[in-house]
Amino acid sequence: MTTILESTLDTTIAAGDGALIAVPAGGRLRIVDLHGNQAVDTLLYDAHDLDNRYSAFDTVREQRAVFLTTGSRLLSTRLDELAVITGDTCGRHDTIGGACSQESNVIRYGEATRHQHACRQTFLRYGAQAGIGQRNLGHNLNFFMNVPVDPGGNLSFADGLSAPGKYVELTASRDLLVLISNCPQLNNPCNGWNPTPVQLLGWWH
Amino acid sequence: MSYQHELPGGTAWSFPVRAGRLIRLTALGPDANATMLLFGPDRLDRLNVPDTLKAQMSACIRPPMVLMSDRGLALASVTASTLDWHDCLTGFRQDQLLCTELAKHGLGEADLHASINFFSKVAIADDTRLAYSPGHAAAGDTVDLRTEQDVLVVISTAPHPLSYHDPASVRVEVTPATELHRPQRDEAARALEMSRRTLV
Repeated sequence: MTTILESTLDTTIAAGDGALIAVPAGGRLRIVDLHGNQAVDTLLYDAHDLDNRYSAFDTVREQRAVFLTTGSRLLSTRLDELAVITGDTCGRHDTIGGACSQESNVIRYGEATRHQHACRQTFLRYGAQAGIGQRNLGHNLNFFMNVPVDPGGNLSFADGLSAPGKYVELTASRDLLVLISNCPQLNNPCNGWNPTPVQLLGWWH
Repeated sequence: MSYQHELPGGTAWSFPVRAGRLIRLTALGPDANATMLLFGPDRLDRLNVPDTLKAQMSACIRPPMVLMSDRGLALASVTASTLDWHDCLTGFRQDQLLCTELAKHGLGEADLHASINFFSKVAIADDTRLAYSPGHAAAGDTVDLRTEQDVLVVISTAPHPLSYHDPASVRVEVTPATELHRPQRDEAARALEMSRRTLV
């Protein structure tokens, strides 16, 4: 169905780069993992009220499941539905692993990683134009990332389930700002130690 | 040099605590829940649950984990607990109780972040499903936190959002900490080291 409508957005984001995209209510945004195993860190905001932002842990609780996939309702801190995942050829997406930052890279991998680029820098750089600053950064979605949790309460980072060309599609339930960082992470297997570009496609009026 | 306060179920409280104090939370009945938000001394740096979890490869909070901030600093260490699981994946329902408490410190909705729900357990089954575990905590269960920076602690004793029980009271005691925390993992040690640098 999507091919008969001309897309209003078709852009590629390099690894380590980001984007801030306004998606109106009813609009569909597709993120395509062009080369596989990429991690796409994403935050959602009510376009008319930045405090009404995506809440990873409200979303996890209300759906009673740790992973996101088709049908997952992406909820805000006020429990408003911001968007629904309406297409997913990957199967599961993480929302408990958060974003990488220079500061957390130092903790996890040592001082030598201090000046590597990181998702929080990208969020702050692209968010600034909409007034999104440090206080406004909640905990994000990680599309295409696989972070299994075992019954003993342990976390692991597994190889991604994604592959070249797999995609996830969101349908906006209200006017949204979508803040994206295409993760430059070099230190864990979430993107196979080889961050790659992703494509964004959008359909709306 | 000690302070003690009892929070009835369904109430909230906030209190600044200096570095080097021991905060002991005690459940005073079954199904107690203490939802905690934590801020650093400038009230901008705050608890980052995902960073805390992935640095220590855990999906819940338990000793000897270190609670880390956005800036990669140790805010507090979990030095001891009678329970091996405190929920941190299912958040809280935003309510006026919590927002009013934040407002007392000039903070608001933008400052909300993923909480720790002390005394509550939401178990993971079949790799993905979450189920609340009733009866996880009983009267007398405790958790001890050692503050590693000057912090602002915000606690709500509203019931866990997946619980149908009336919440029990929770006692908070603050005393001087006598020992340094010795974590297991290098990541936790680095976060502690970062905090101690800022205190020098």
